[in-house]
Amino acid sequence: MTLPMLSGEPQVITVGAELLGEALDAQAVPRVGVDWRPPMPGTAGDLARVLADPRRVRANETAVGRLTAARPQLVGVRPAHEVLDLPRGTFLHAGPPIDWERASGPMRGALIGAMLLEGLAADAEEAADRLAAGQARLEPCHHHRTVGPMAGVVSPSMWMFEVRDAEHGGTAYCSLNEGLGKVLRYGAYGPEVLERLGWMGEVLGPVLRTTLERTGPLDLRSLVAQALQMGDELHNRNRAATSLLARELAPGIVDAAPGHAAEVLRFVNGNDHFFLNAGMAACKVSTDAARDIPGSTMVVAMARNGTDFGVQVSGLGGRWFTGPAGVPDGLYLGAYGPADANPDIGDSTITETAGLGGFAMAAAPAIVRFIGGDVSDAMAATRSMYEITLAEHPAYQIPGLDFRGTPVGVDVALVARTGLLPIVNTGIAGRIAGTGQVGAGLVSPPASAFTAALAALAEAAEPGGGIG
Amino acid sequence: MSTDLVRVRTGVYHDSVSLMRVSQAVTGLPGVEVAVVAMATELNRGIAAELGFDLPEAGPADLLIAIRSGGPAALEAAAAELDRLLAGLAGRTGGGTAAEHPPRTVRTAARGRAATLALVSVPGEHAFAEAMDAIEAGLSVMIFSDNVPVEQEVLLKRRAAERDVLVMGPDCGTTVIAGAGLGFANVLRPGPVGLVAASGTGAQQVSCLLDLAGVGVGHVLGVGGRDLSEEVGGLSTLRALEALDADPATELIVLISKPPAPEVARTVREAVAKLGTPVVTALLGPGQDDLTAAAENALRALGVAVPTWRSWPAPAPPPPDDRPRAGGRDTGGAGAGRTGTDMEGAGAGRTGTGTEGADGSGGGTRAGTLRGLYSGGTLCAEARLIAGTGEFTDFGDDAYTRGRAHPMIDPTLRLEALAEVPPGDVVLLDVVLGHGADPDPSARLAPGIAAAVARGVPVVVALVGSEGDPQGLNAQAEAVRAAGAAVFTSNAQAARHAAGLLASAR
Repeated sequence: MTLPMLSGEPQVITVGAELLGEALDAQAVPRVGVDWRPPMPGTAGDLARVLADPRRVRANETAVGRLTAARPQLVGVRPAHEVLDLPRGTFLHAGPPIDWERASGPMRGALIGAMLLEGLAADAEEAADRLAAGQARLEPCHHHRTVGPMAGVVSPSMWMFEVRDAEHGGTAYCSLNEGLGKVLRYGAYGPEVLERLGWMGEVLGPVLRTTLERTGPLDLRSLVAQALQMGDELHNRNRAATSLLARELAPGIVDAAPGHAAEVLRFVNGNDHFFLNAGMAACKVSTDAARDIPGSTMVVAMARNGTDFGVQVSGLGGRWFTGPAGVPDGLYLGAYGPADANPDIGDSTITETAGLGGFAMAAAPAIVRFIGGDVSDAMAATRSMYEITLAEHPAYQIPGLDFRGTPVGVDVALVARTGLLPIVNTGIAGRIAGTGQVGAGLVSPPASAFTAALAALAEAAEPGGGIG
Repeated sequence: MSTDLVRVRTGVYHDSVSLMRVSQAVTGLPGVEVAVVAMATELNRGIAAELGFDLPEAGPADLLIAIRSGGPAALEAAAAELDRLLAGLAGRTGGGTAAEHPPRTVRTAARGRAATLALVSVPGEHAFAEAMDAIEAGLSVMIFSDNVPVEQEVLLKRRAAERDVLVMGPDCGTTVIAGAGLGFANVLRPGPVGLVAASGTGAQQVSCLLDLAGVGVGHVLGVGGRDLSEEVGGLSTLRALEALDADPATELIVLISKPPAPEVARTVREAVAKLGTPVVTALLGPGQDDLTAAAENALRALGVAVPTWRSWPAPAPPPPDDRPRAGGRDTGGAGAGRTGTDMEGAGAGRTGTGTEGADGSGGGTRAGTLRGLYSGGTLCAEARLIAGTGEFTDFGDDAYTRGRAHPMIDPTLRLEALAEVPPGDVVLLDVVLGHGADPDPSARLAPGIAAAVARGVPVVVALVGSEGDPQGLNAQAEAVRAAGAAVFTSNAQAARHAAGLLASAR
């Protein structure tokens, strides 16, 4: 065996006592110092077991390799009852499992709206009573290859983006975006909300379906890559992506439905977040490709239901690890303030899970004021996420970081070691059912969700074979 | 009436050695009685609580500040100075562009950088993760940290074998790679000798003697004190031997270890026999060559004449102000000479304390005791073995370094022990130079030595250093000699001299 270090110029990485690093400086030996801190309290034992698991390195390479190799394509727009196993009276919702009892205001509001939309109750009061009586079945979107922004409520008559992974063959779904303000996903269920949902089901969905049948699959991987270079981070800013999508679809829409083309295009153009839902389905299909790799410590879902923040890990199957959802820190609309804010809600953290959103903040200097910061904060946010991720995305690049790939593939072990939690951009829902959106900003996931996942990984770890 | 200041800074982290230096500086300020500036670990909280500070809630990731001083004004001044010192600690890590966004793990540090090895000195329970990062990045790693569980050591060394890299440690104090000293390491002229050492100060003694004899040392590969145990099976020793054998610049390998487990000894012997490079083996312990003899064997193997090892005789002793008294002192009073366990292991056959039986007899001359006050574990064990008598304490042992810096950096405990040695006893102590060690050890030791000599305690110093060391070998030797000590560059010779002094005093 030869050791290259014996013949080359020494270059040393130092971690720990600065005295020893300074001794190298005194010898003019080039070195990189690590800014080390103790891991999250109580994790040292679990970390040792997880890091010793002989499967970990290869499993994580496989997981993040599949995540970044995914080629999501928008292949269709179809009603939920056609594509999802969703019997009447069953609703999907965002985040980890939850029941009516523990559901927050906006989640309850969205469920009430969905009951009304499906004609399962005559009015809001009746809807609430039926929901409280357990007459509806609630299941997480994530259990049905689906994601939903904010409350994420999906009912059978809603129309869905259908996204297929051309690399691995998976499929994922997300509802169509209603726009901002008083909308179902923020828990509003007034007449204008239901009217809009009705129009989306009668006009928007069918027009988009026919359009996509004419255009064929739309390459979302390349669209996301372009949008990142145009200033989107694909969670709180989707303006470029929405514009690109509209540009791609417009001729097809005119061909498919000349009578409705103007109102459909006006609706798409009037909502800078129209692309968000398609992007979320693209992220979902990519992270799903990385599921169920034994030994992998990579996060494949982060999602909130307005009460709990939950994570799922590739090596741990469908188990959720949860902690209390935090209240986002951000800017508020109009007279709203933090007291009006609901705890964090929505499956849109699938964007961060796939290396976009808060992880790609450096690509979106235009929205740094959302987080009350400046451009250097955005750069620092993205840079810090390289500390807890397994790879840099080969296609999703950030011009301002010399086209470095976005940080992708959150490693539970690295989160525990560094104490750095994923940076999540998010909208803020009103606390009271029916209010709608009150702001947007940044939120920190609960550390306990990650330490719980780490403990489960430690339990599932194969022994490292230390003593033979 | 003293005033306390207690603060917790949440989420502020500095390593323990840096904080000990800050604590020391603050304690030395006018009016300050005591200062604890440390991460709020259970241990450090205990220390502060014992000192009577009233502590708020805090955890190991929080910085605890507790200062007691003579009055509010002094306290305010101390707090201001502390802020200045802590500001100085912040953001020192690394150089170049990395300083702006320093990496948080070895994993990130290795990403996209041309590093050749990693040096890990985080607390032992966290060392595994950082070392594993290095191995996974294809880097050799020196683990300075102690208290790393042996099963983690074995695991790291097996992974290292799969990745063709070397794990040096854990508890590895000294490594020199291509002239760069890591940990406690001397400045050595480049040359044909490569060391493989399971003992840090043992490697320092041998490499410094070779250097003094004009023979350069290219690499010192520490392997950790447990490497040749049955559990670890010499995993790193075997790889280090192979690596030096494959290194074209290495003409002679010196292997320094305490006697290995029998099974391991056979494996190592077989491996040595297969090497193309000659190997001088020094197994420390009863009936074996001492470190100086090992260095001499290496010189002979290279065909280099063995020099007279440099020494500086003690100046003429001051007129004896009082001879050892009849009736003697109280045995219990000299409790400072408590014998520690040897950090580097050669604990068996330790010479005990059999010299104080005459107390209380009411007459006769009390026999003097040889007191070894050491900072280096292997040096301590060697001296104990050679002297064959006396009380030896290894202040580098874990029992003495919990919550304070290593005696090579902070001589406080040794000075306290030295001050308690009664007339008629002989003191033997080591002073280790090189990078990582006290920048001027004689500055604090000399007054203590002078005081001891003045009250009739002969002091012998084993000075382990090279001529290139930043402290200056000559300057340090002259300074402790001027204080009244006899100085030897060979620890073995120092021990023999000290034992001789005791014998002649009897």
